[in-house]
Amino acid sequence: MSQLRLSPRWIAIGLLAFVIVFVPNPIAFAAPAEPHFRIEASSFQYTPEAISVNPGDHVTIDLVSTDVVHGLYIDGYDLNVTADPGQTATLSFIADQSGTFRLRCSVTCGALHPFMIGKFNVGSNDRLWRAIGLGVLAVIAGIWVIRR
Amino acid sequence: MTPIELTRNPIVKATLRNRWPQFVVRVIALAGFLFAILSGFIGTPVGNHNFSIVFVWIVWWALLMLIAVPLLGRGWCAVCPIPMPGEWLQNGALLKPRGKGVGLNRKWPKRFRNIWLQNIAFTLLALFSAVVLTRPSVTGLVLLLFLIVALITSLIFERRAFCRYLCPVGGFIGLYSQAAPVEVRVKDPAVCAVHTEKSCYTGSADGYGCPWLIYPGTLTKNINCGLCMECLRTCTQDNVAFNLRSFGADLKQPSGHKLDEAFKAFIMLGAALIYSAVMLGPWGALKSAAYSIGTPQWLVYALTLLGLIYVILPGTFLLTVALGRTLTKSKESLKKSFSAFATALIPLGLMAWIAFSLSFVFASLSYLWPTLSDPLGAGWNLFGTAHAAWQPYFMSIVPFLQAGVLIGGLLWACVTARRIAAEKQQGRGITLQALPVMGFCFIITAGLLGLLIG
Repeated sequence: MSQLRLSPRWIAIGLLAFVIVFVPNPIAFAAPAEPHFRIEASSFQYTPEAISVNPGDHVTIDLVSTDVVHGLYIDGYDLNVTADPGQTATLSFIADQSGTFRLRCSVTCGALHPFMIGKFNVGSNDRLWRAIGLGVLAVIAGIWVIRR
Repeated sequence: MTPIELTRNPIVKATLRNRWPQFVVRVIALAGFLFAILSGFIGTPVGNHNFSIVFVWIVWWALLMLIAVPLLGRGWCAVCPIPMPGEWLQNGALLKPRGKGVGLNRKWPKRFRNIWLQNIAFTLLALFSAVVLTRPSVTGLVLLLFLIVALITSLIFERRAFCRYLCPVGGFIGLYSQAAPVEVRVKDPAVCAVHTEKSCYTGSADGYGCPWLIYPGTLTKNINCGLCMECLRTCTQDNVAFNLRSFGADLKQPSGHKLDEAFKAFIMLGAALIYSAVMLGPWGALKSAAYSIGTPQWLVYALTLLGLIYVILPGTFLLTVALGRTLTKSKESLKKSFSAFATALIPLGLMAWIAFSLSFVFASLSYLWPTLSDPLGAGWNLFGTAHAAWQPYFMSIVPFLQAGVLIGGLLWACVTARRIAAEKQQGRGITLQALPVMGFCFIITAGLLGLLIG
């Protein structure tokens, strides 16, 4: 890598990176509600493929399997539920972590089982936007700060 | 950073020169490889409970993409078991050279002395990957094909022609090995220039002539060096060193940019994008299309994949390079600029694959425990872990790691693009020529971020 010196430009980039990573999200979300979702699980997909709630919502998910036994595990929340074919399994919890989390099938259901994935959005996906902001900063650093 | 010669340490040097450590690792790897083929054919058809799928596509892949390639470059090639049977026959020996082996020992055809065949082989694997990665019998068949093709190639052509010109895995390992912090290089090229025997290429009683068909005396990049250490064994002048160096040292080389290698970078970048969407995205229809080989949906998927990696990505990149040339009124040929700036995609692609592998591997690693106890799915419980439950690891921190890796890759790509531009331009021209390429890299990174953590 190029030689990196602690110049005023680097300090400016560092401060901007700090702001991008740590500045609070000013968007205010609605008061907590009690959204209720029905998710159908069948041959390597969830329908709907993504659900969205606000931070603090008391979420209830009814998992309905339409073919074989499927599971639903939520990354980050470490919650899991399984549903037999034709049966409904229910998961209730408070969405106390913001961001986008993957839903994964937790019961071997066929060839593409490890790739049976859905999305659970809680509020805005700050992680993504902050990362894209850092990406812009990386390009600026590439142009402005790093020489040879 | 000036390279640090690790072989100055007598223990390191003796270990690398000694054939036994490498041989033992390769024999263990060969045993595992053969067992993976066997379990693919006779084990359970449930992929995530079969040794072939779990050990090849989760454990080996994790070791390869998260450790071996970033830190050791072609380190895997040094212990790869696939060419072993062919090498044994070719050399007529298991270890040191002795006697004569079998085989026609022909030279590889001149027109194929590039990595286009490797590019095609990887593309074929990518087209069928949804099935290869999930069906044990297909994984077994693919591994067996690797073994047979490597064996036949060794019996017809000289040295490790399969590894150098055909292996689809070796192609991308070679490309990304240029970013690795280790290298085999001669200490003083002047010593090689006057050494008429060239035992590093022709071989000697102590070792084989370079199996990778390169002359170490002029080696400047890792891409074709398999780290087999034969030159360390055969050099009579003690002029070969194994060095620790800065990451990406080869990317700073101003010459030797080739179109086949540039396209390898696009193939790998495109495959990372497609795999992230198909395997880690929430779109069931896309997964079904990738899996349903021969159906109209699969044809659309295949054409999309081919279009992305051979037309859309290279075409867009060509436009960005052309824009940079126009802005700077560069006189260099577009083809030359295209190949040179594609070097910036090497760190970007490497980091994209690391980011992809992080979520894939940590979500699936716990399949290892039941498979260890029951590798064929035959009801065994060898280590008492046959019924261990699936549990993804570190999923709370994986998205942060992925974001960090992708941003780091983007910064590295921008620095590389700027350095390449600086070889052709001065002052403001450097930024003007590099900026469109940096923009391309940013868009790819933003796309990957959206697919992996969005």
